[in-house]
Amino acid sequence: MERRVRALRTVLAEKGYIDPAALDVLIDTYERKTGPRNGARVVARAWVDAEFRNWLLRDATAAIASLGYTGRQGEHMVALENTASCHNLVVCTLCSCYPWPVLGLPPTWYKSAPYRARAVKDPRGVLADFGIRLPESTEIRVWDSTAEVRYLVIPQRPPGTDTLSEEQLAACVTRDSMIGTGLAKPP
Amino acid sequence: MSYRSHADLGGEDGHGRVVPEPEGELFHAPWERQALALTLAMGATGAWNLDMSRSARETLPDYSTLSYYELWIKGLEKLLAERGLIAADELDAGRMLHPAPPLDRVLRAADVPALLARGAPTERPAAAPPRFAAGERVRTRASRFDHHTRLPGYARGKIGRVEHVRGVHVFADTHAHGRGEQPQWLYTVVFSGRELWGDDCAPGLGVSIDAWEPYLEIAP
Repeated sequence: MERRVRALRTVLAEKGYIDPAALDVLIDTYERKTGPRNGARVVARAWVDAEFRNWLLRDATAAIASLGYTGRQGEHMVALENTASCHNLVVCTLCSCYPWPVLGLPPTWYKSAPYRARAVKDPRGVLADFGIRLPESTEIRVWDSTAEVRYLVIPQRPPGTDTLSEEQLAACVTRDSMIGTGLAKPP
Repeated sequence: MSYRSHADLGGEDGHGRVVPEPEGELFHAPWERQALALTLAMGATGAWNLDMSRSARETLPDYSTLSYYELWIKGLEKLLAERGLIAADELDAGRMLHPAPPLDRVLRAADVPALLARGAPTERPAAAPPRFAAGERVRTRASRFDHHTRLPGYARGKIGRVEHVRGVHVFADTHAHGRGEQPQWLYTVVFSGRELWGDDCAPGLGVSIDAWEPYLEIAP
């Protein structure tokens, strides 16, 4: 593939269809500037600021934009709050739809057949693959991202974190906890 | 001609377990970075739209054997070839052999941040009120589609409940085939696990999809 992609890149550059410098900026953006730490800041803010949490649940696109995260694959955001009674899990069974501005690029498993096939049918089995076991009484709600709405899970705040700063709280928020395949980790 | 998507995986058995991956492990070979960047840069030229690129990938006959970024590269080559922008002999030679038809735009490095920050919102003004309201019981279309669609197979011919009305959005089914945006009301429709998978399904499961109005009818 290395050679094939190099050939494609060369032909497209010779035809003037791509600016190689633009490719570098694109890669740098998604490798270094955008990623799940953005989403973690959104979640931590929601944990400490009730007004922000309510705004996030009402109009996630605007609330998230207020922290500076906007754009491609996050144009229409919806936030889902996990509680003791309901656990939300996000999937895209048809391709790989994922909220890029807050989570960056999706992990390999999110784009792969096992997750896409099983998340909608056996979410508890999928959670077990991640080492997560939820009480039988917890309802599981799976959101299949079939259109251009993108979902961000707000995990439950771990116990014993009352004295943590917003920044310390953000460190508890894992990528997987914002997809629903994980829980926020204790400090 | 019949349209076949190989990407409609929801509910399929036999794919095995999910293999978790640490945060920050984004690419597994240098060419994958290029696959991402080339796809985004060519998408920005306006030679096709996002729905067309999804359609190009999901109809690759060897879809199930390809890795994610292999799908992106093969999808990109297909879109380029279909539009006469690149020829097979050029890919073999690794250089330009034929004149290049002009494109509307070329993405320059300086324009990347603004382009990504703007994104491509799909919501459009409503021309008519929504046909369904939150709380209403609806049935999804059961018959097969002979084109790109975003109604997954597992959710066809099923009864669910409208949970949210999401506004009017570009309709992927027409947009993917050059038949225009034809914006339609979009709804989050939730189904019980039992409705989708039968009585063996564990209780306490709800699954939702985002469905455009043409996928839905009032449940009997």
